[in-house]
Amino acid sequence: MIHQDDISMSLTPTVYPSLTIGHKIFSIIGCSGLLIGLISFTGSFPESNLTLILSLLLISTGVIGYSIVQYQRQSPGIQNNFVRVKAITSRGTTAWFLALTLMGFYILLYFFPQSLGLAESGNTGLIALFDPLSQWIKNKPASQWFVYGTLYTLAILLFGIKFMLKYKGNRYQQIRTVSVMFFQLCFAFLIPEVLERLNQPSMDLKNMWPLNYYFFFDWNLDKLLQSGTLGLFMLGWSIALILVISPVLTYFFGKRWYCSWVCGCGGLGETAGDPFRHLADPSLKAWKIERWMVHSVLVFVVLMTLLVLYTYFTGNSHILFLNSYALREGYGFFIGAIFSGVIGVGFYPLLGPRVWCRFGCPMAAILGLQQRYFSRFRITTNGGQCISCGNCSTYCEMGIDVRHYAQRGQNIVRASCVGCGICAAVCPRGVLKLENGSVDLFERTPFAPKSSKGDFN
Amino acid sequence: MHILIIGNGIAGITAARHIRQRADHQITVISAESDYFFSRTALMYVYMGHMHWNDIMPYEPWFWKKNRIHLINDLVNVLDDQRKTVHTAGGKQISYDKLILATGSSSNRLEIPGNELDGVASLYSLQDLQYIESKSTNLKRVVIAGGGLIGIELAEMFHSRQIPVTFLVRESSYSNMLLPAEESEMVNREIREHGIDLRLHTELTDIKGDEAGRIKSTLTSSGEEIDCQLACIAVGVHPNVSWLSDSPIEINKGILVDELLQTNIADIYAIGDCAELRRPSPGRKAIEPLWYTGRLMGEALASTVCGTPVKYDGGIWFNSAKFFNTEYQVYGTISPKLPEGQKTIYWQQRDGKKSIRINYTEQAVIGFNLMGVRFRQEVCEKWIVTKTNIEVVLANLELALFDQEFSPNYAHAVRDAYRSITGVTIRSGVNRKHAHVHAFMKNHQKSSV
Ligand SMILES: Cc1cc2nc3c(=O)[nH]c(=O)nc-3n(C[C@H](O)[C@H](O)[C@H](O)COP(=O)(O)OP(=O)(O)OC[C@H]3O[C@@H](n4cnc5c(N)ncnc54)[C@H](O)[C@@H]3O)c2cc1C
Ligand code: SF4
Ligand code: SF4
Repeated sequence: MIHQDDISMSLTPTVYPSLTIGHKIFSIIGCSGLLIGLISFTGSFPESNLTLILSLLLISTGVIGYSIVQYQRQSPGIQNNFVRVKAITSRGTTAWFLALTLMGFYILLYFFPQSLGLAESGNTGLIALFDPLSQWIKNKPASQWFVYGTLYTLAILLFGIKFMLKYKGNRYQQIRTVSVMFFQLCFAFLIPEVLERLNQPSMDLKNMWPLNYYFFFDWNLDKLLQSGTLGLFMLGWSIALILVISPVLTYFFGKRWYCSWVCGCGGLGETAGDPFRHLADPSLKAWKIERWMVHSVLVFVVLMTLLVLYTYFTGNSHILFLNSYALREGYGFFIGAIFSGVIGVGFYPLLGPRVWCRFGCPMAAILGLQQRYFSRFRITTNGGQCISCGNCSTYCEMGIDVRHYAQRGQNIVRASCVGCGICAAVCPRGVLKLENGSVDLFERTPFAPKSSKGDFN
Repeated sequence: MHILIIGNGIAGITAARHIRQRADHQITVISAESDYFFSRTALMYVYMGHMHWNDIMPYEPWFWKKNRIHLINDLVNVLDDQRKTVHTAGGKQISYDKLILATGSSSNRLEIPGNELDGVASLYSLQDLQYIESKSTNLKRVVIAGGGLIGIELAEMFHSRQIPVTFLVRESSYSNMLLPAEESEMVNREIREHGIDLRLHTELTDIKGDEAGRIKSTLTSSGEEIDCQLACIAVGVHPNVSWLSDSPIEINKGILVDELLQTNIADIYAIGDCAELRRPSPGRKAIEPLWYTGRLMGEALASTVCGTPVKYDGGIWFNSAKFFNTEYQVYGTISPKLPEGQKTIYWQQRDGKKSIRINYTEQAVIGFNLMGVRFRQEVCEKWIVTKTNIEVVLANLELALFDQEFSPNYAHAVRDAYRSITGVTIRSGVNRKHAHVHAFMKNHQKSSV
């Protein structure tokens, strides 16, 4: 008798095409760009814009060149050959190495920025490398956040280009990716930095509470209230975003308008994280854990925000046994830094690119609740065409078992679905389509008959 | 009541699941290929590294326990219908009240010299894939014989590993017994663009081996000798029924069943690839070895064995496949050669990568054949069932478009194609909104009740 593990072993591809010379050349070019960044830690470069330009140029050439070599000559179609086998995309040694490197970088960034070269008296190291760019854009020396923002934006842009080459022939993916690239470059990066240069309150206008957990913190509110019309506009805009714009857009389009078209966390996951999307666990157990975790974070952020506002208006920081300062410190440390940063990005090569979005993001939780019960968005299935192959469930970055629904001919209405459309793209039988339609709205209310969802027979 | 199911493929497992949804009977599924149900259709993706073996199992292991579906991994080799018992190779005797045969198919062999050599493979089962995987190192060339759906999947599999492939197809164009000439030609191009050495009009006649009994080369009907280290035979499948030859069950090619999927022996049923319908519905075959037919049979039979007899109805023909990067869907009957009295509208994208064909008569639309374009099954089905006039179909063609959002609206191109053959201009009556589709389908339900 054959056992499951033996089957798995015997079916693991033994030989598959290795990298071509083109791949290797561009990998080396890209890595040499990174190397310059690394060497800059030692401060052994003279202060000059040339080093930075050279480094960024090499990285960009590497990523774009590699993508062209990879996808240029392929006809439009799904290109997932051997992602389940290659070490880097199947939790091999290189994946662990990458994960630890990313986590290490985040820990330095959040907790030890001095080690990256941050100094009041004049930056050194990596941060100094970015001083010229920072001077140029906002007339100030770089901070660790400027370095991070630049690298983050660059990653979304470069891997966005790679993504667009990979999914050529699929307009939904192309347009969506242009959108995340645009919002990251303009809204998250350029506008706030330029506003800072102009001595205005700087703000990422798309970064909404509760993802932006400090929006209601006293210092932020004070900053906005004391900055004249622009500050008031920003305050009003943000509140309108939370109370009006977001619910309306989510009603019509589902949470995807934010999670996979606008949001920066989603943007990085969709682009740089794309090669890892199959690592999201689609088991029922993972789904249970997800719901507990993400809703706990939501409760945490609401409670914390209410207390912070209470303190803001009353000046009193204690209510019952809770201390609003302690709570917000705790949230900032555990959720803001550790969860969304260190784990959220560090775990890309281990648990997929949406670890934060799936298990931690309170914004996703709110939008998800609305999507589940009060939105037109759903994924429809094409009659009886499904052959239960499992590509959809495997490549869903949110770990949704899409096949479970598709093989029963049921629509998919799941709170966590970010509407990335990859399930529809990878389906070899044309079974799935993301749609907005109002007709079965009733079905998603909590009173709906159970048969159409959540049955596990 | 104890219901015993032989075969854990889509047919047997669907029956088991649906029986469980309806009743509390004891259910046992016995199968010799794997512990758990897996998707045969996805074997190619495991070979190509898109998925793991675990990814192609549609249900997690806990599922079976929770639903009290008892699984046994064993081979059944004797049926004792008098005592209502089966005997297994593992020495078990299992009795049943009702027996469901869902034993699927096996690959056809080619009766040619050398077909038993080491390095001659086919692809149907998990073990077949294990064998192919074990032979996949140091391959300089693979020869594939058989221009069907599995043959082309094999070609794509080896292509993914950059192993050169010679693909022998007996017909003068790939799958031209299934596809009209233009579509068939499109697939020929797709195959060749992927660097496959496609030989049309060519059959495998001989397989030569070395002293060790390993394959060395193949001979073709054109007299050529092609060196290769692996030959894959993909010339169709036949029902898995040889073990029943001593039983009183009536067998032609498959196990003969009536509309209720019952065999000639009381309390024994057959579904899926192994079943042969005594009276298939017009235009349909007696054996249709397909995923969805197995599923539909399993659903219908579950109802029957639980006391509500339901006749098997394959509905309006549909199917789908993927030829390298070109998706294929068909709704309704599309004959490769246009039958007398039918007309066709054919649109093909300039680059030759996408096409839409609609066949129709004076009265009604007959079928849709799509390459690289997705159509919505329910809508096409409704048009065919309600015998809708072609011009009504064309005016509403947007309802059928199922490509992802922002995809081009090919309906205009199809209407233009119609104008260029008939001179009749048809204006679009709807757009692609989901609400329109829903309204259309709701109408359908009313009219058909
Ligand atoms: C590579 C490949 C690709 C395919 N792609 C498609 C596709 O895209 N679309 C489509 O519609 N169809 C496709 N098919 C066909 C489809 O997979 C089959 O029609 C379907 O799987 C048949 O299901 P089944 O349940 O009837 O039988 P099977 O899936 O064959 O299951 C029968 C099981 O019973 C077991 N069994 C048989 N005899 C015994 C016995 N005596 N004792 C114990 N166990 C026994 C067998 O080992 C087997 O596991 C494909 C087939 C293959 C091989
Ligand atoms: S279900 Fe599909 S669209 Fe939704 S998140 Fe998963 S892959 Fe993306
Ligand atoms: S919906 Fe498509 S990708 Fe998902 S299991 Fe069905 S056929 Fe495969």
